[in-house]
Order: sequence, then C-alpha cells, then structure tokens
Amino acid sequence: MKKDQYILGIETSCDETAASIVKNGHEIISNVVSSQIESHKRFGGVVPEVASRHHVEQITIVIEEALNQANMTPKDLDAVAVTEGPGLVGALLIGINAAKAFAFANGLPLVGVHHIAGHIYANALVQPMEFPLLALVVSGGHTELVLMKEDGQFELIGETRDDAAGEAYDKVARVLNLPYPGGPHIDRLANESDGAVPFPRAWLEEGSYDFSFSGLKSAVINYQHNAEQRGEEINPNHLAAGFQQSVIEVLTTKTLRAAREFNVKQVIAAGGVAANKGLRKVLEETFEKENIPFYVPPISLCTDNAAMIAAAGNSKFSAGKTGDMSMNGRPGLELNSWN
Amino acid sequence: MIWLGIDTSHTPLAVSIVKDDQVLAEYKSSLKITHSIGAMPAIEELLKKAEIEPHEIDAIAVAKGPGSYTGVRIGVTIGKTLAWTLNIPIVSVSSLQVLAGNAPYFPGIVCSIMDARRSNVFAGVYENGQVVKESHMSLVDLLKMLDESGNPVLFVGMDVKIHWEQIKEVLRDKVHQANAAFSLPSAAVLIELAKEQKATEAHTTVPKYLRVTEAEANWMKEQKKNGHE
Ligand SMILES: Nc1ncnc2c1ncn2[C@@H]1O[C@H](COP(=O)(O)OP(=O)(O)O)[C@@H](O)[C@H]1O
Ligand SMILES: [Mg+2]
Repeated sequence: MKKDQYILGIETSCDETAASIVKNGHEIISNVVSSQIESHKRFGGVVPEVASRHHVEQITIVIEEALNQANMTPKDLDAVAVTEGPGLVGALLIGINAAKAFAFANGLPLVGVHHIAGHIYANALVQPMEFPLLALVVSGGHTELVLMKEDGQFELIGETRDDAAGEAYDKVARVLNLPYPGGPHIDRLANESDGAVPFPRAWLEEGSYDFSFSGLKSAVINYQHNAEQRGEEINPNHLAAGFQQSVIEVLTTKTLRAAREFNVKQVIAAGGVAANKGLRKVLEETFEKENIPFYVPPISLCTDNAAMIAAAGNSKFSAGKTGDMSMNGRPGLELNSWN
Repeated sequence: MIWLGIDTSHTPLAVSIVKDDQVLAEYKSSLKITHSIGAMPAIEELLKKAEIEPHEIDAIAVAKGPGSYTGVRIGVTIGKTLAWTLNIPIVSVSSLQVLAGNAPYFPGIVCSIMDARRSNVFAGVYENGQVVKESHMSLVDLLKMLDESGNPVLFVGMDVKIHWEQIKEVLRDKVHQANAAFSLPSAAVLIELAKEQKATEAHTTVPKYLRVTEAEANWMKEQKKNGHE
C-alpha cells in the first residue's frame, strides 16, 4: 500500500498569510488563514509594502498554528509547497523564504506552486478531479479559462485582455462608494434587486474565449456620471444587478462553449469571484441542463488559502517536480504543466 | 556554541558561522544577486563546508534593518523561521551597527550610512561603541550634526562613495572613509554584536525599518486633517 503523503502549504501572494497541511492531496488536516484585510481597508485596496510587513509579522505564527491544529511535527511532513507566483513580489518572498528555511532546517523537499494551479486544485479538496477538466478561474487578478487534459497539465484557452473580473467588481463598487473589497457588496445588492440597468456584453471576436471587462466598467461609470449630471438619483441595486448580469452572462456563455468544444468531464470554478452567489447559481443551472458535473469549492476555499497550495503541491511533488534553495518570487510566473 | 549570522539588509550578502570564539566560515559579497536567490544557497553551502547540520546550530543572529525593505525582510524571515523551527534563540542587531562594527578601534565618531534616495540616508552614529543616533534623515542634517560635534568621523558603508564629495565638503579634514575591505557588513561582526544583546522571541522578531510606509504616512496625515487623531 502507498504511504500517506502530507504536504505543508504556504501562501503569501497577496494579503492573506496562510499555512495548511493536506493529506494525499485531498484531505485537509489543518487550514490557517490570517487575513490583513482590516489593515488594508483604510487605504481602499491592498498596499504591497504594508502587506509584506504584515506577512513577516505573521508567517511563523501561522505555520506553527497549522502544525499545532494538525497535531503534527515537521517530521510527519513529506514536503513543503509554497506559492512561487504570480502575486505581489515582496509578499511572495516572505512565504518563499520561510518555506525554504523551514524545508532546509527539517530536511524536506520544496515545491513551488503557481497560485492559479492552487485555486484550481482547491477543487481536489472537495471531490476528485476528473479529466479532461475545464476550470474557470475568476479572481481579483485573474480571469482565465484553463483546460486540463490530465492531472498537472494546463492549457490556457482564454484570458482577460484588460481588467480581471474581481478588479471590475472592486472598481464598480468604488463608483457606488461601497467598502473594499467590493465584490461581495455588489453581489448582495444585485441579489436584492428588483430590476437591472441594461449594460453591454463584451463577446470579442467570434470564437474567442478571451474576456474584456474594461468596457463594461466604463459603461457603469458613464451611467453614474450621466445620472449625476442630470441630477438624478441612481438605484444602486439596479446598477449592481445590471453589471453583475453582464459579467455572469459572458463568463457562463464562454465557459459553456468551451466545455462543449473540448468535451470535458468536469467544469470547475475557482478564485475569489467564484464566491459570487449569482455566478454560482447560473453556472450550476447551466451545467445541470448540459449534464456536465459542475463544482465550485466552498467560499473559504475560493479565496486565498494554503490548503489549495498544498493540494496542487501534492500533485506536483508526486510528479517529481521539486525546487531548491535558490527559489525566487516570480510575480509574472506562467502556468506551466508539470506532467 | 554555534552561531549562524545573516545580513541581507542592503545590496551586500553576509553569512557567517562562528563556533565559540572561532569564525569557522564566512561569506561576503556585494554582487547584485537578489537575496532571495543568494541567501539560502549561501547558508546551505557554508554549513555543508563546515560539516554542520541545521539542528546543530545553537543561535541565530540577524541584521534587522534599516536598509532595503525587501532585503531586510528576507534575512529576518529566514532567521526567524530557522530560530522558530529549530527552537533556538534569535538576536536581531541593527544593520547600521553591524556596518559600524567594522571599525571598532577608531578614536572618534563612527558613522555608517546607507543611501535612502532623495538626498536621504539611513545613518548610524556611534561613539566609544555607544549608539548616539540611528535614523532616517537628510544627509545635510547628518553632516550638520557631525560638524557641530567637532570630533573626527569615520564613514563606513558601500554607499559612502556616492556622497563622499558632499561629506568631504562639510567635514573637511575631520573626516575619513573606511577602505573597500571594511565597506561591506560582516556576519561575524554581527554575531559578535549579537552575543552582547538580548534574544527576542522568534514569532515577534520583525525588521526595524526606521520608516513608516508612504501609504501609512499619507493616511495619518489625512486623519490629522480630518481632525480625528
Ligand atoms: N461574492 C463575490 N462576488 C464578486 N466578487 C467577489 C465576491 N467575493 C469576493 N470577490 C472578489 O474576489 C477578489 C479576491 O479574490 P482572490 O482570489 O483573493 O483574488 P487574487 O488572489 O487574484 O487577488 C476581489 O476582487 C473580490 O472583490
Ligand atoms: Mg487568489
């Protein structure tokens, strides 16, 4: 029988300091996330230097907590997986250097993980992934359609040409004077709405799986601006709902078309925006009709966490891909296959 | 007693292993290699050469800043993670004091500096081994202060040459410049200083930046303007 494999995951790519221990790539033994969001709220967004400072303060506390909650010592671990990129470089470097020092001190192999691979593998913590698989990755920094023909293989078939979906959410939220991060607030306003402003959909060229949200964002800003000029009150619910409907329709339509073209066995959604209630509902309904299993992790595994890094790290480590002590933070890292 | 010392607070990288009163091995460079790429391999290689296993290390000394924010954080993160997981003490020492420690027998003031852009420097001023000042300040103010003291001054640090003309102009024949051999921090010096100072808990060991972030400074200004301090 194969021996159980325990991976310590570490994630510091943005504003959460996180550590987690995952068994065999799918069972969460412990999962600790220390969020800095309260500190960044006063700035209306994540300030990279402030984020890096918080990571140094938290990093060993968070790793220790992950070990304590799992009731484990470093000796029980098989490898250390850490987010290598993309992300804020100063923030990435804290997780990476802590991971390197920890791996070195305890004689453990080190595995560098792509943050988006992590978001995708969050699904492995919920149900076994089946291939070919289509992943819709929607977060503050990413909007991508990724096709996985096998475990550890990634093909980018579409991506945003300008703003990421989450970025568009946050910018529209600012127009409505909602607190940061705005995504959940727009989601709530949209769900409570009894109407919707009709905003355009960006389909791009025929057949393209790429996305664009900057036009939609501008349309929202113009709408608000024009109303202001005329001295009219806008209905924030209607505006939020109109925006959200446009985002959801484009995301769902393109995901469905790709799922059909590549004949996938499973469709998954990942990333912070996958926490969106409206999006989840429409995707669920769409793929139920289509008879393709659709999954989205619980919200706590959609936003940044280290369990997803450990899960992806487990697959990469099993494929024999390890890093060494010269690992560096790679803010623009591309999603490469490891199988 | 085996000490591992790490200084990544500025461009130079310094790593050293001191066993009791003997410097076993030392690494020092001013090559422009990112510390994230260079520091851990240097530590790994030095320990390997000295045939010391990580769990044989008894204490960590780390330079806590000021300096490059990212640089300081890399050293402190490595140091505190090693100290925590190996369950050994960590002592963090001012990076400016480490630099000044290159000139222990100078009769007068030793001033270590690192360039902080826009005519500012991180400056450490020491007399008879005592700290007189460690701060982020304009070079003009620093030179004025040193000039008023009337004592001879020795400048240390690889950024001295950037400002040497201006320094010389103000302090004239009272001022000296440490030569190239003493311009880089030494982690053995760091360890010797650490031996004299108190250990901190690994979890609470953090860099000393000597500057708040720009975002926080602006935010505090806003708060004051809006009347709620
Ligand atoms: N319910 C929601 N609806 C829409 N967007 C959301 C929701 N919850 C979170 N978000 C958005 O998700 C983003 C954060 O996701 P995350 O995966 O942390 O992004 P990244 O790691 O790329 O920065 C933010 O832009 C936030 O507004
Ligand atoms: Mg993310």
